[in-house]
Amino acid sequence: MGFDIEKWYTQKMQGEVLLRYMGEISSEKITEALGEIELSLNLKNEKNKVRKKVYNVFVESIQNLFHHVDIPPATAKVQNIPRFGVIILARDRSFYRISTGNFVQAERVQILRDRIDQVNSLSDEELRTVYRDILGNEGASLKGGGGLGILDIVRKTGNKLEYAMYPHDEDFVFFAMDVYIS
Amino acid sequence: METIIREGSPKTPYVRLDSEKGLIEIKGRSIPENSVEFYKPLIDWLDKYGSTPQDNTSVNVQLEYFNTSSSKCILDIFKKLELLYKKGSKVHINWYYEEDDEDMFEAGEDYQSIINIPFTMIELEE
Repeated sequence: MGFDIEKWYTQKMQGEVLLRYMGEISSEKITEALGEIELSLNLKNEKNKVRKKVYNVFVESIQNLFHHVDIPPATAKVQNIPRFGVIILARDRSFYRISTGNFVQAERVQILRDRIDQVNSLSDEELRTVYRDILGNEGASLKGGGGLGILDIVRKTGNKLEYAMYPHDEDFVFFAMDVYIS
Repeated sequence: METIIREGSPKTPYVRLDSEKGLIEIKGRSIPENSVEFYKPLIDWLDKYGSTPQDNTSVNVQLEYFNTSSSKCILDIFKKLELLYKKGSKVHINWYYEEDDEDMFEAGEDYQSIINIPFTMIELEE
């Protein structure tokens, strides 16, 4: 029982998939994935502006996984590795979609939900103000970003984050997020 | 004082910290997972440079991409330079961005709003 990750993964394969990855989100894997999408975005002869935006948002999304994922539950049918995550980059009609997925401990779910809902509620002007406040006033966190990742994604795409929390068991939830770049 | 030159890599920028010329350059992409590790030696260098700076310090930042993890570190660099400027040294930052890169332009505006140093935004034609 538990969350059916394979089914979810298959459902996320709509459109033209430029990159899909399920496994350990290590620094080396990130470098590899970035090299791969850079090539494919170049091959698409995409406008410089769009290419850079997709690349930038992909970097933030995959590094968000790198910094924040929890170890998956032993009952999940996935590799039992500390930094398990999923990332998919697809092109669907006029937009690019970056889908990410990872297991989150149930006790952290509310914090995560509140954080995203709060960022989603901000206007463009408020996003800029909050971003500058965090950048200018708070010391760098150990992870370096000081919680700017999600703000940066919403600011750059101009689109709200779409997310879903799928219960796995009492202790874990699978957190799935879609970012659209038009 | 030593000059630091770092060649660019897929995730880290080309950096030149030249105490003789009073020149600081950061170019390329800055997207490492651990930015603090990369920038710490550069910030330490600026601390030393601050004790015997040149009359004029020019700073050229020409980034193609940078992640939010680097954005804090870049601000730390600018804050060190702001200290220098407040002590009476001439410091000037040139922030380069490609003409259609509104995100890099806005990032320059973000820094400009936070730090108090002469700051010029320079548009590069594609």
